[in-house]
Amino acid sequence: MLKYGTSVIGGVNPRKAGQIHLGLPVFASACDAIKEVEFHTALFFVPPSACKQATIDACEAGARVIICLTEHIPVQDVMEMVAVARLHGTQIIGPNTAGMVTPGEAFAGIMPGFNDKVFQEGSIGVISRSGSLGTLVCLILTQSGFGQSAFYGIGGDPIIGTSTREALKYLNEDPKTRAVVICGEIGGSAEEEAADYATHINKPVVAFIAGKSSPEGKKMGHAGAIVSGNSGSYQAKLNSLEKKGIRVAEIPSQIPDLLGSYANLARA
Amino acid sequence: MANLCEYNGKQLLAKAGINIPKGQIVTSLDEIDNAFRTIGSCVLKAQVPAGKRGKAGGIQRADNQGEAIEKAKTIFGMTIDGHEVTQILLEEIADIDTECYVAITNDTRTKGPILVFSSMGGMDVEEISEKEPTQMVFAPIPMGNTLSNDFVEDAIGHLSVVSKEVIRAIQRLFDVYRSNDAELVEINPLVITGNSEIIALDCKLILDDSSLYRQEHLQKEIAPEKQTPLEKRAAQSGLKYIELDGNVGVIANGAGLTMTTMDAITYFGGQPANFLEIGGEAYTRSKEALEILLQNPNIKSILVNFCGAFARTDVMTEGIVKAWKELKPDIPVFFSINGTGYLEARAMVREELHLEPYDLMDEAVIKAVEAAR
Repeated sequence: MLKYGTSVIGGVNPRKAGQIHLGLPVFASACDAIKEVEFHTALFFVPPSACKQATIDACEAGARVIICLTEHIPVQDVMEMVAVARLHGTQIIGPNTAGMVTPGEAFAGIMPGFNDKVFQEGSIGVISRSGSLGTLVCLILTQSGFGQSAFYGIGGDPIIGTSTREALKYLNEDPKTRAVVICGEIGGSAEEEAADYATHINKPVVAFIAGKSSPEGKKMGHAGAIVSGNSGSYQAKLNSLEKKGIRVAEIPSQIPDLLGSYANLARA
Repeated sequence: MANLCEYNGKQLLAKAGINIPKGQIVTSLDEIDNAFRTIGSCVLKAQVPAGKRGKAGGIQRADNQGEAIEKAKTIFGMTIDGHEVTQILLEEIADIDTECYVAITNDTRTKGPILVFSSMGGMDVEEISEKEPTQMVFAPIPMGNTLSNDFVEDAIGHLSVVSKEVIRAIQRLFDVYRSNDAELVEINPLVITGNSEIIALDCKLILDDSSLYRQEHLQKEIAPEKQTPLEKRAAQSGLKYIELDGNVGVIANGAGLTMTTMDAITYFGGQPANFLEIGGEAYTRSKEALEILLQNPNIKSILVNFCGAFARTDVMTEGIVKAWKELKPDIPVFFSINGTGYLEARAMVREELHLEPYDLMDEAVIKAVEAAR
């Protein structure tokens, strides 16, 4: 991250406070750090059981954004994290995200942002629940001459701080982004909600939904199935996306052609 | 998925102060006599973590001892939705006046808990929402440690069946949801008796897998999952493996990429033999992954598709290459490797296995599908 140009101002680790790591100061807490340095984003490489406390600390320190990479946080802790963040006006991205990349500028997390075979500067915004699928899609885009304005890893957990729909909203507001690729998955209703929102924006949106050939997977039980209505299955997602005019690729390698069908998008 | 059987779920309800019917669990026919003497006229309920037990014949009424034994004979050994019945709950018959539906579960939309309530209970919740959609109340709950009386009152107080006791039961249900880290707690039906008592006649409880480390007391109560022996073995190695009907073996990293790889196999006319994910923290276990995969006799070819983000492809590939040289399987294998560590990983495949990895996933998929024909 440092090598790529990401502005990292320091670390937090209560047991290593006062030390210098990679030439940067280590603080006992985010609240301690903010007394000496300014920061906008807190990036969590924090064990699952400590994330709730870390969120409270980062929010109180005034972080505007938390990017939480941690997998396997108890779901009810995530709900509490989201509730705390809302109170402070902090945006949580993740948990269980591989991070964010703005090619040519910076990256935060564990995506191979430094790999120029995968990421190239451009005008496509990519939203993905999965890091590995997101990597594949960015690679395919780069190989076909479509650079990316941003990779937005929203995370694979059932409850996440920033939904597909919200990520779509942010990418719509980003002047560098001229089209958006949604990499979704079966389960939940994130893609359906995003489809509803896509009609409010004026940028082309294309999608790929993983899991067409997967057996019926984890269900949330009856109430969960009801809460999300009929959504969740591949067919339901396909229907709601196509109904809103979003073209859906059957396999990721079709994405560049779908983007190419929009005349205003130029390949490199 | 961590499901509890009805009986275990009900014990948690009772602990939180929600009334449950008098009941006794039996694991053999010998225990029926004794249990019937304690309970009297009763309902025999198969204890499996599955819905629609009634329709499968797993719930039957008995009014005398002989009947209880006869019914138990038919229920023991039943397989309901893949689960063998080894336990039956004998439960007293409730005096039912009204049946409601109540559940608390996680709501991805509002990113918090949600209360689902209907004054039409007893039948499948799908049926309720189809027949009487206006009777279903969905109320997102502000995340906190307790559920306030006012919140429940505001949400469902307008319904004629709702009394102080119903509201109290729902508050207690929220305690059950919170203190056990549940993904879903559902009572269907929540019965109001002729004496206006509230009784939970059934209970469905699903726990959050990520919270089990701090719910140790519940771990032994979790109903065993439906798993094939290989799936079980994989789970013990910390790998998520699901057996499918096809013949193209799949090893990929991350759930998203694994599902995508399966989709691509299907798109190009093949059939995946499995879902096997070794991403995340499991990315160092590719040797075990290959061993498990090779036990499936239907496999005609193997596709290894790595796209490394956090998971380093060189580490994953090293595991596969080592295991391959050790096990020497007589099966064609095709690699597609990209992302973190891909140069080292590709070099390893070339040098150690004398195979050329594919640059594009589609090419590797097409070859693997062809080889499986």
